[in-house]
Amino acid sequence: MQAAEYEVKGEVLVIRLKADLDHHTALSVREAADSLLARSHAKHILFDFTGVDFMDSSGIGVIMGRYRQVIFHGGRVGVTGVGANVDRIFRISGLYKIVENYQKAEEAFTCPAYERLATEN
Amino acid sequence: MENFDNEMRLTFQAKSCNEALARMTVAAFLTPLNPTLEELADTKTAVSEAVTNAIIHGYGETEGTVELWCARRGREVWFHVKDTGNGIADIKAAMEPMYTTKPEQERSGMGFSFMEAFTDELIVESAVGEGTLVKMKKVMG
Ligand SMILES: Nc1ncnc2c1ncn2[C@@H]1O[C@H](COP(=O)(O)OP(=O)(O)O)[C@@H](O)[C@H]1O
Ligand SMILES: [Mg+2]
Repeated sequence: MQAAEYEVKGEVLVIRLKADLDHHTALSVREAADSLLARSHAKHILFDFTGVDFMDSSGIGVIMGRYRQVIFHGGRVGVTGVGANVDRIFRISGLYKIVENYQKAEEAFTCPAYERLATEN
Repeated sequence: MENFDNEMRLTFQAKSCNEALARMTVAAFLTPLNPTLEELADTKTAVSEAVTNAIIHGYGETEGTVELWCARRGREVWFHVKDTGNGIADIKAAMEPMYTTKPEQERSGMGFSFMEAFTDELIVESAVGEGTLVKMKKVMG
């Protein structure tokens, strides 16, 4: 089974996960994401977990690794389609400090956090 | 062994594709206990961490066999993951959150923290050059 599908939409590399994000799939996601980052104009990365409800500490490693790649160029990392189990892993590990969770994929990176705060208040 | 309600043993090659196999196996083993979704996720995560460690740290590039043993009595379940690989020199340091000896492989160092958080008991036995045995116990609600 393919670990994920990849699509570059404007400035965003969308990684649609198709299998549990463990050490096995992390290896192929890491390789595919880095080669796409190198040969496209993608700046941000969005991990779409829709339909996937398992991730362990290897998933944390691959997400943090991609975060380190994109921040050099002012990019950000977001996640969407996060179910209860994956959400728990994100919360326990503190990953939400560096990764934004978007309710809808279309909302990703459209509105910087400070703008959203301004409109909420 | 001591009268368990059920007991099973699975041995497999130290290959990353078997991490999913180990998770599916423990999930199936738990089915008769009707675990909650959270208990199921906790157990799968803890076992996945131990099996991944055996593959990456226990054996690395060398070939080897990983053994998963599960047993249950009433609502108590035991999961043991064993390798006969490199072993751990300093178990206490290894169990510290964020500690990893393979940062270049994007390891987060959270494996033991998750095993600890998601089970009720975690015991690690290891000897350099002999291998590692991770014993976990969880009581289903
Ligand atoms: N089965 C094992 N054999 C040898 N070393 C291990 C084993 N399991 C864990 N370790 C050691 O403990 C460290 C911490 O493990 P863990 O918390 O899972 O973090 P990570 O896998 O991300 O490095 C590993 O980096 C490794 O040095
Ligand atoms: Mg680990």
